[in-house]
Amino acid sequence: MSLIDFFIRHQREILQATLQHIWLVGISMLLAVAIGVPLGIIASRHPWLSKPILGGANIAETIPSLALFGFLLPVPWLGGRADRLVITALTLYALLPIIRNTTAGIGGVDAAVREAARGMGMTENQILFQVELPLSVPTILAGVRVATVLTIGIATIAAAVGAGGLGEFIFRGLAMVNDQLILAGAIPAAALALLADFMLSLLERRLRPARS
Amino acid sequence: MIYSGAPAAPRVFDSVLRGLLASPDAVTYRPRMKAEPDRETARESIIEFRNVGYRLPNGQPLLEGLNLAVGRGETLVLLGRSGAGKTTALKLINRLLNPSGGEILVEGKSTCSWDAIALRRHIGYVIQEIGLFPHFTIEQNVSLVPRLERWPVDRTSARVNELLNLMRLDPAKFSKRYPHELSGGQRQRVGIARALAVDPPILLMDEPFGALDPLTRGELHKEFRQLQRRLEKTIVIVTHDVGESLLLSTRIALLDAGKLTGVFSVKEFLAAREPVAAAYVANFRMYEEAERTNEPD
Repeated sequence: MSLIDFFIRHQREILQATLQHIWLVGISMLLAVAIGVPLGIIASRHPWLSKPILGGANIAETIPSLALFGFLLPVPWLGGRADRLVITALTLYALLPIIRNTTAGIGGVDAAVREAARGMGMTENQILFQVELPLSVPTILAGVRVATVLTIGIATIAAAVGAGGLGEFIFRGLAMVNDQLILAGAIPAAALALLADFMLSLLERRLRPARS
Repeated sequence: MIYSGAPAAPRVFDSVLRGLLASPDAVTYRPRMKAEPDRETARESIIEFRNVGYRLPNGQPLLEGLNLAVGRGETLVLLGRSGAGKTTALKLINRLLNPSGGEILVEGKSTCSWDAIALRRHIGYVIQEIGLFPHFTIEQNVSLVPRLERWPVDRTSARVNELLNLMRLDPAKFSKRYPHELSGGQRQRVGIARALAVDPPILLMDEPFGALDPLTRGELHKEFRQLQRRLEKTIVIVTHDVGESLLLSTRIALLDAGKLTGVFSVKEFLAAREPVAAAYVANFRMYEEAERTNEPD
């Protein structure tokens, strides 16, 4: 039986696992952006907070993913459902690139532009929302891109705690020593990562402001 | 000739100097101008430094015991070397910096009792790097403060057109462009238009023409002089360019190492015996003399 036949025969399961995978990654990324961008703004506003924030995100990044799932298992609300647990872990992984790129983007705004903004009587909030954030969008999106690709890969391990997704095929294939089964998980996951990367790069280009 | 862009300056210099040499009693150096009610400070003062000092957080003083009054409608040039405290003094006026000692009065009210945002919107601000917002069109850049002040849309756009015309930029051609599509001189014009948007009575300019090539600078100097006459603003300009000071100022305040060395009219400055002022004049003179000394025998 060829790989193509296998894909056709199991297309429904593969599609379902892919959708589940997208769902896990999508929710995690939304949460990571919702948490990471504000944390990045706080870190850039208060230099003394930037070390603990970036340090914390760095530590989360260094924990091996299987171990992180293990650590989160006894946590009351999370341990009860595999998808909650996985989404929490993936969010933690996605935070670092987003926080770091948000601070880098804001820090990269031309000092003269910021000084002109202050000198003309813009409030701190107006400077943030009308000047700093719009000028940081490409950098922040680049961070989101990195985080998304990373998360799509790590999400395959979600199957280890029973949250489903494309990792399901990989783990089953490993257990049964079945290459086709492993590829049935790995190929869609890789395709998903490439597609996400491509689409986010298009978005990044469209939102890039005119620059000198 | 270094000042090829501002041919008027050396000529002013020459005739003034000749006049002064003829009447030695005109050469009077007055080191302290603080309480002197001469013809300029006799006007109502709109900005006043009262014994102002500014120190960095590490204690290093950048400005000490500054007493200076700027009269309504005059153009005061803050002249001095890099690090003399000129920019610091300027930023104290619109409270981008807060004084460590003394107080600055703007329209008779201490800057500390002004709301910082209201104060800054009351004062136009132009910097050397211009600081146009790269993600805004020219129109959006110029209309920034009117929009912050919630002007009605039609009044804002009428004002933008008026200002672009005033700065000799065709609105039809430029309003939808982005800053990176403009030349340095055009960008600086936009910077000035932006600072004038809500018609503030005071204009602060930090080396506004410093980054321009001499010819463009000369053109802008010429236009700026016409603008001064038309607008009747109180203007404070920071520069280290003597030619620019002579051309644009009603008075020159000379700063050296954080202290005010003296305040001079153009005439007084050219004849000053005060060493720093004299050094500036001698230096300026050198370029004029180069014309003669470099001629082959």
